[in-house]
Amino acid sequence: MSGAATGETAGVEWRLAAPLGLTYLAFFAAPLLILLVMSFSVDDNLGGFSLAAWAKFWGDPFYRGVVWDTLRLGLVTVAMTTLFAYPIALLFIASGPGLQRLLLFIVLLPLLTSVVIRTFAWIAILSREGVLNQALLALGLTTAPLNLLQTELGLVIALMQIEMPLMLLPLITVMRQIDPSLSDASRALGGSKWRTFRKVILPLSLPGWIAGATLVFASATTAFISQTVIGGARLVYLPTLIWQQAMVVYNWPFAAVASVTLLVAVLAGVSLFAMLGRFARTA
Amino acid sequence: MTRQLNTPTDRGYSLVMGTLAVIGLGILIVPVIIVLLSSFTSSTVLKFPPPGFSLRWYEALLDPVRSRHVHVALSNSLWVALSATALAAILATLAALALNRVSRPSARAMEAGFLSPLILPGLAFGLATLMYFSILGFRPSLNLLIAGHIVVIAPFIFRTTLASLTQLDPALHESSASLGAGRLYTFRRITLPIIAPGIAAGAFLAFVASMDNVPVSLFLSNARTNMLPIRMWGMMETTLDVRVAAMSGALIVVVLVLMIVMDRLTNLTRRMSM
Repeated sequence: MSGAATGETAGVEWRLAAPLGLTYLAFFAAPLLILLVMSFSVDDNLGGFSLAAWAKFWGDPFYRGVVWDTLRLGLVTVAMTTLFAYPIALLFIASGPGLQRLLLFIVLLPLLTSVVIRTFAWIAILSREGVLNQALLALGLTTAPLNLLQTELGLVIALMQIEMPLMLLPLITVMRQIDPSLSDASRALGGSKWRTFRKVILPLSLPGWIAGATLVFASATTAFISQTVIGGARLVYLPTLIWQQAMVVYNWPFAAVASVTLLVAVLAGVSLFAMLGRFARTA
Repeated sequence: MTRQLNTPTDRGYSLVMGTLAVIGLGILIVPVIIVLLSSFTSSTVLKFPPPGFSLRWYEALLDPVRSRHVHVALSNSLWVALSATALAAILATLAALALNRVSRPSARAMEAGFLSPLILPGLAFGLATLMYFSILGFRPSLNLLIAGHIVVIAPFIFRTTLASLTQLDPALHESSASLGAGRLYTFRRITLPIIAPGIAAGAFLAFVASMDNVPVSLFLSNARTNMLPIRMWGMMETTLDVRVAAMSGALIVVVLVLMIVMDRLTNLTRRMSM
């Protein structure tokens, strides 16, 4: 008997895997292949081979700048998310079951709230007459309203809301498995809380951080709605460029080049995080 | 006593970590609260705090004439999400059964392939589907949207089902088989009841992801097959229409209720942090 669940030695049951496999082949692999072919084509009918779109994209410093800005947005978002995710995860670990349930609820809520709604909320918060400026003015922390919409800072703040759950869920999963007696031992031996965090919690939670950072990077670099609405016309990232070229300018080969570039850039970033994980384990 | 007394640096640590955690939790929850409160504004502009409260935007949203396009987009989104989730649940459960407990490299590669839409930029995939379908000569339709959504949401169900299968004791299968039960019977009476909460939790996440999908819907929908997030994005881009806040308020309440129900049924919150 070759049952799927008879033991470790069983092979893949291809008849069961085939329906999803063929669906992916027809609606996932094939479209991506067409995208790649399109980027090397003369027109949007795949009329003939041409490197023109690639030459135009990489020959122009503006488009190279867009690629760099997109990657930087991903990295800055990962860094900022990390800064707040670790304290929340530490709070979670230190809490009782009731508070843990409430915290998980707060963490999951943004993940289940529509992206358009979240972006809408951040406009209400970040605009010149928004909640944040009103609060800062009332507290006397600033004399003139800050301009946060259409800035990278504002965009990163808005992105953090949706990216934080992606970082927190794997981080909490891993940090739950850290034996609390390790931290206690570090403290008993005279290590300060900072030192205990740096020497015990940080290294042991690294696999969770890497899983989270990968998801955050991949998601922040493709967050089209946040990028266009919060970033506005002033900040252009690859997703906005792809949409404009495909649906406004109707230059499909060029849009395909931008898309393949985005795919490769995200995959490169993801592999970088994976390599970091392997390096951290062996070091 | 294993703990030493709190030194000033330790108090600094608690202060810094505590402050960051509070700000972080604020970033997660405050926007949701602000949208909920703003949706009850009596004003024609989105301003917080609202000058007064009223239900006028909810009434405007329910108005069959003024909000006809929103209603069409909502029913399109619901149809696509329900169809794609149902089909993806069947496909992903079968695939999870096929790859369960197989550690061969070919199985690991297939697993990575089935999960890859979670990492690959959705916008590139969305544009790819538009090019693919237009070269094949298909006209935009809800069926094409369903096909595109299945690819994007199947990984959610595949992941939770695979996780719940690992908790299934293989001995149950063997005893069922040795007692003369057929494979289909064993699946129906043993496997399915055990993995059903996993499938349901994944299907819930998949449904929400489909309702909220932008990258695929952006390219595959048109005026006739408009989808809710795209419609709302349009309303927000042009006029900051306060009906978006009302729509948001309604959706947040629906998701909250669904979340509590799903948590009761499938232990969703615990499943998400395993």
